[in-house]
Amino acid sequence: MADQPRLTGFRRPDGSVGIRNHVVILPVDDISNAAAEAVAKVIPGTLALPHGFGRLQFGEDLELTFRTLIGTGRNANVAAVVVIGIEPNWTNRVVEGIASTGKPVAGLWIEGTGDLQTIADAARIAQRFVQDATEAVREPVDRGEIILSIKCGESDTTTGLGSCPTVSQAVDRWVAAGGSVIFGETSELTGGEHLIADRCIDDACRAAFQATYDECIRVIEATGANLLGSQPTQGNIAGGLTTIEEKALGNIAKTGSVGVVGVLAPAQLLPAEPRGLWFMDTSSAAAECVTLMAAAGAVVHLFPTGQGNVIGNPIEPVIKVTANPKTVATMSEHVDVDVSGLLRFEYDLPSAGDRLMAIIDRTINGRWTAAEALGHREYTFTKLYISA
Amino acid sequence: MPLLSVTTTDNGEDDRMSQPDVPQFLLHQDGDDVAVAVLDLVPGAVRGASVKERTWYDVVISDPVPLGHKFAMVDMPEGHVVRKYGLPIGATTRAVTRGEYVHTHNVRSVRWLTSRA
Repeated sequence: MADQPRLTGFRRPDGSVGIRNHVVILPVDDISNAAAEAVAKVIPGTLALPHGFGRLQFGEDLELTFRTLIGTGRNANVAAVVVIGIEPNWTNRVVEGIASTGKPVAGLWIEGTGDLQTIADAARIAQRFVQDATEAVREPVDRGEIILSIKCGESDTTTGLGSCPTVSQAVDRWVAAGGSVIFGETSELTGGEHLIADRCIDDACRAAFQATYDECIRVIEATGANLLGSQPTQGNIAGGLTTIEEKALGNIAKTGSVGVVGVLAPAQLLPAEPRGLWFMDTSSAAAECVTLMAAAGAVVHLFPTGQGNVIGNPIEPVIKVTANPKTVATMSEHVDVDVSGLLRFEYDLPSAGDRLMAIIDRTINGRWTAAEALGHREYTFTKLYISA
Repeated sequence: MPLLSVTTTDNGEDDRMSQPDVPQFLLHQDGDDVAVAVLDLVPGAVRGASVKERTWYDVVISDPVPLGHKFAMVDMPEGHVVRKYGLPIGATTRAVTRGEYVHTHNVRSVRWLTSRA
């Protein structure tokens, strides 16, 4: 198409395309955070990703932590990774998981040397990785090579009326261009899950989706807890959303009109094929959800918000879209795309979609999002159950 | 059929030309039981439209309804399944009259029975 805007990105050794060029210092566990953060202080241009877990986990909960760590390192927005753990076995598992991308990765562990020597050794490697990463050049890329993820937060009724339908425009255009999009928020489909099941492209996909949804709801209902205030959240209720069904229908309004091609486990690497709209089993909590989607390979995130969720992600730029005029007025520094004019009938949905696409393309080409500029780097793991 | 429509026409384009520029409330579609205030509304006559069909409606609301919050477009008995987007979003826990504020005090989830105010 002659009028297609020029998009640029970083093509990694495994062929994946990123829109940022981070050198990450990745702790395997919570007690390695201090060393990782110290390296990032010594070597400008590196990004430490402290987090809260990685010790005494077991079974599927441990596997999810490994998938999240490895997926973060593999993400095409990451140029190189220094992994720091407390001991060699789990450290090396993360290093090996990232190394098959062909990108530079090194592992260090603290037991036997202590923090200070580990920091010194890691800093020398990180320095070299940063210098090499600064030589990476942006190349022309196709829209279909860029993996998109979507999730809304602090939703209100304006989300379903404006910002989610706007994101829907981008989803349909992305898939039409041959790209893939990941959505999730399993519990937050309640009341509209049949709409998603109907859009699954075949019976296998539909069965996988339904089983995932049913299991999520079984776990939630087994607690017997009153969910009002949690889901919908206090912010949702303050914004006018009354029930999970009402919230879900607004949530689903952002998923476009395309078919659902497959179902991913949390943080599961997105397969190269088939391209299209993928469902991932995730929490509806913003930071957890985006962290899982980035670990799957998503490199740019669209985030409709009503009341004004401020979330960002350290490696995946998060673009905020709101249709709530109060949020535009009171939280403007967090808003990348204002579509409040939709509620005033100032323009139509395709025009709002055009506005969003323009910001997405500028973000791809290097413009920082509001969340990036404000330093929002929420890196939050999903925990399935207690540690041993 | 929309119960409160006062300006339903087949030639919506001509009709829109004569309407005020800015709706005070929106319905997702004609037939929804509830509408969303898109400005902070005070009790009295308000004017809005459906997003899907662009049908304009006049309603007299009996409560203040903040931006983003809902009021009833129709009288609803207790236990009425409330529709928005043309789909169920919950059920009334008491009778609700047209123009009345609708939220967790008079509507609850039908799907999560433990979820209620």
